[in-house]
Amino acid sequence: MASHGIKDRVAIVGMGCTPFTEHWDKGVDDLVLEASNDAFASAGITKDDVDAYWLGTAQSGMSGITLASALQLQNKPVTRVENYCATGSEALRQAAYAVASGAYDVAMAVGVEKVKDSGYQGLNAFPIPNDGTTRTLTAAGSFSMVAPAYAEKYGVDMGDLKKTLARIASKNHYNGARNPRAQFRREMSVEQICAMPPVAGDLSVFDCAGVADGSAAAIVVRAEDAHRYTDKPIYIKALSFVAGNGSGLIDPDYDFTWFPEIAACAEDAYAQADIEGDPAERIAMAEVHDCFTPTELVLMEDLQFSERGTAWQDIEAGRFDLNGELPVNPDGGLKSFGHPVGASGLRMMFEAWLQLRGEAPEERTIGSIEGDRNLALTHNLGGYPGEMVSFISILGATQD
Amino acid sequence: MRGIISHGAYLPHRRLDRSTIAAVAGTGGGKGTRTVASYDEDTTTLGVEAARRALAATDVRPEALWFSTVEPAYVDKTNATTVHAALRLPADVIAADFGGAVRSATAALRSALAGGPTTLVVSSGIRTGLPGSSDEAQGGDAGAALLVGDDTAGPVLAELIGSGTATDEFLDRWRTPGDVRSKQWEEKFGETKYLPLAKAAVAAALADAGIDADRVDHLVVASTHARAAKAAVRKLGVDGAKVADDLSSSVGNPGAAQLGMLLSAALDAASPGQVILVLSLADGADALVLRTTDALASHRTLAPVADQVGAGAPVAYGKFLAWRGQLTPEPPRRPEPARPSASAAGRSEDWKFAFVGSRDRSSGALHLPPRRVSREGGAIDDMEPAPMADVEGTIVTYTIDKLVYSPSPPVVFAMVDFDGGGRAPVELTDIDPADARIGGRVAMTFRRLFTADGIHNYFWKARPVGDGVPADDTTTEA
Repeated sequence: MASHGIKDRVAIVGMGCTPFTEHWDKGVDDLVLEASNDAFASAGITKDDVDAYWLGTAQSGMSGITLASALQLQNKPVTRVENYCATGSEALRQAAYAVASGAYDVAMAVGVEKVKDSGYQGLNAFPIPNDGTTRTLTAAGSFSMVAPAYAEKYGVDMGDLKKTLARIASKNHYNGARNPRAQFRREMSVEQICAMPPVAGDLSVFDCAGVADGSAAAIVVRAEDAHRYTDKPIYIKALSFVAGNGSGLIDPDYDFTWFPEIAACAEDAYAQADIEGDPAERIAMAEVHDCFTPTELVLMEDLQFSERGTAWQDIEAGRFDLNGELPVNPDGGLKSFGHPVGASGLRMMFEAWLQLRGEAPEERTIGSIEGDRNLALTHNLGGYPGEMVSFISILGATQD
Repeated sequence: MRGIISHGAYLPHRRLDRSTIAAVAGTGGGKGTRTVASYDEDTTTLGVEAARRALAATDVRPEALWFSTVEPAYVDKTNATTVHAALRLPADVIAADFGGAVRSATAALRSALAGGPTTLVVSSGIRTGLPGSSDEAQGGDAGAALLVGDDTAGPVLAELIGSGTATDEFLDRWRTPGDVRSKQWEEKFGETKYLPLAKAAVAAALADAGIDADRVDHLVVASTHARAAKAAVRKLGVDGAKVADDLSSSVGNPGAAQLGMLLSAALDAASPGQVILVLSLADGADALVLRTTDALASHRTLAPVADQVGAGAPVAYGKFLAWRGQLTPEPPRRPEPARPSASAAGRSEDWKFAFVGSRDRSSGALHLPPRRVSREGGAIDDMEPAPMADVEGTIVTYTIDKLVYSPSPPVVFAMVDFDGGGRAPVELTDIDPADARIGGRVAMTFRRLFTADGIHNYFWKARPVGDGVPADDTTTEA
C-alpha cells in the first residue's frame, strides 16, 4: 500500500475560467458553458472530443445531468463530485486519475457554484437532516479561534498579529486589483483593513473571503498525448487529498495553531512530486485557500514554506508578495475572487496555468520562476479547524 | 414515614429591574426585580435544571416523574419525557405532565405525598403578560423539584404530618389556550372566595397533624392571588415573623413553580424538628403540614435559593420583550435552522438530551458525540457511556460570532476541556460577550437551541460558574 501519485503521467491541455463576481444575470448553465467553451477553445477541441466529465459543485446542482444538460452532452459519462471547499479540485483529481488509468483519453473537470441565488449573505450549507446537536458557528467564527491561539503559542502580540493578518488581506487585494477576473479589484491598505469592525472574534469582513459566483474548467489527457493539443501543457506532479476524521474538535491536544490534515496532505504531495527538503527550492508560487486571513498565515507553516511560529515574520518581510521570493495567491486569492465553492480549486489551477505558461498579464507576472524553481502548488481546504478536508496539487511546465 | 427526600430550585440567570418597564411601556413596572428565563430556556429546561439539583443532592432515584407548568413547551406531546431523558432516568420510570393550571403543581405534589412510588415532582413557570401589565412585572421565571418518597427509599428531610384541602368553582384568573396572557376578575372578588377556603384547608391540615397554629415555625404561602395570600397570612394566627419571604421583590411569582421554589427555600432555612405549613391558593386551597427530621442537618444543598436570589445579572427590558416574543428584532440575514430530525434525535437520545459521550475502554479516549470507532487505537464497539452533563470544564479558546443565526445574537462559542479529560465545542450561554475569557470555568446546562416547525431543539450549552452559583455537581459516576 502506498500513495504513488501520477507524477508527469497526466497533463492539463486546456483551461477556462469565468470572471468571479455576483453574476445576477447568469445561472449555473451560463457559467459552466462559459468556462467549458473557454477550455475547449484553449485545447482546440469540442465537447464531443471529451470522453468523460467530472462536475464539481457543492450545492448548485445534483448529478452529472447538471452539466450534461447545460452543455447538451450526448451520451457522455458525467460525475458530480462534492468535497466541501475542495470540490473543484476534487473534480480535477478524478478526471486526472481516469485518464491515468487508461479508461479515457480525454477528460474534463468543470467546477461551478452559483452562490448568489440564495438571498443570503455568505455561504450557507444545505441542511442535512440531523439530531440538532451540530455546531452553531459560522466558518468565520470557527477560524477566528486560530489567531489568538497562534499569538499565545508563539508570543506574538495580538495587536501586531492583527496587522500581519491585515497585510495578508492587503497583499491579496493588491494582486486581485491586477486581475480582470477578480471580484474585488481595489487595493486595500493595512490601515483600512485594521479599521474595520469585527464580525467574528477579531476578524472583520476584510479578513474573510468574498462571496461570488463563478466557474472554471480544465481538460486533461495522458502526458504523451499532450502536445497534440498544446505546445505548453502543464504536467501534474502531485494530487494529494486528506479527509480529516474530526478528532481535532474533541482532542484536548489540538491547539488551533495548525491544521494537521494539511500538514499530512503536504507530506504526501511532496512525496508524490519527489520534492525533498525545503519545498520552496522547487516551488515558485502557490495558490492557497485564504478563506480567512489566519488560515493563510497557518498554511504557510503547514505547507512547510515557513518554520513553525515564523510565518508572520515571513509575511511581514514580504516573502509571499507578488514580487517576493515565493508569491502566494498572485491572482488575488479567495480574498479578491470570492469563493464559489465548486469553482475555486480550478480557479487556483488556472492561475498556475497562466503563470507557468508565461501568460499572466505583465503587471501580475511573477519573477520567481527560475531554473529548478519552476513548480506551482495549489491548495484547498474545506471545513473547520479540527475537522477539515485538504487538497494539494503540484504542477509544472516540464516533465522531470 | 413519607415526605420530601431532596429538593432543588433553579432561578434563571437574568433579572429584570421593574423600574425600567414604564419608560418603554408607558405604564407598569414597580420596585425590585423579577427573574427572566433566557431566550434558550423554556419551562421544560427550567424543570430539568431544578431536577438536576434535587437529584444531585441525593443518591435516591425516582420511580415516577410528574411535571407541571402552565406554559408547556408542547401540548399533545408530553414534556415530562424530555425531563426524563435529560436526567437519564430508566424507561421503567413513568414520566407525565400535570398541566394546564397552577393548581396542577399542587396536585402533583399532593398525589406524590399521598403514597406510591418515589416521585420526582417538577414544576416550572415562565410568567409574563402584556407590556406594562401587573403580570409582566410581578411574574417570575423558575423551576422547582421535590423528591418525594418513603423513608425506606432514603432519609426523609421533611415528613408530611397533615394535609387539608378546599375546592370551589369561581372565576378569578383565566387564559384560553393560545393566549399569551392571563386575565383576572376584580381582585376583591377572588379575595372573598379564597379567604374562607384558606381557613378551612389550614384548619383541616392542622387538625390532621394534631397541632395548633402557634406550633408552625415556617409559613409558606403560594398563590396566584397576591392580595388573598396577604389577607390569609393575617387571618391564620401564625406569628408574622414565621412567614417566609415569598420572594416577590426579587424573583416574582413563577406560577406553577412558586410552591416548590418557596418550599425548597423554606427547607434551606429550616432546622431539624421544625414545622412547615405550606398553603397554596389556586382555584381552591391546599394546606400541607411538614415536620423536618434530623436528616435535614446533614443534607447538602447545592444551590440554596437565597444564594441564587443574590446572583444573576440584569437584562434590558427590550431584550426581555424580545425573548418573550413581544418584540421582534431583525434577525441575522442567515437562513433559519432546519427542524431537527425526530428519528436522528431518537438514535442519539443519550447524547442530545443527557450529554452522554462514549469512552474507549482500551485507550480512554473520550468521544463527544459518542462514536463506535475510537479516534485513538481504532477499537470498534469497545466504548462505555461517558455522562458529561455534570462535569465542569475550562474554556480553552472562544469566539464571538455576529454572523451566525441565533434567536439572540451574537453567539459566544468556546472549546471546553472537561475536568478529567475530554473536549467539546460548545455554545456558551448566560454570559455577556465581554465577559468571555480563556481559562473561564463553565458547567453544562440544558437549553433549547431554537424552534423550527414547532419542534423545540433541545441540547446542552455551557454557562459560566464561579459567580456565586455553585455548579450542579462535582462528579458523577463518569
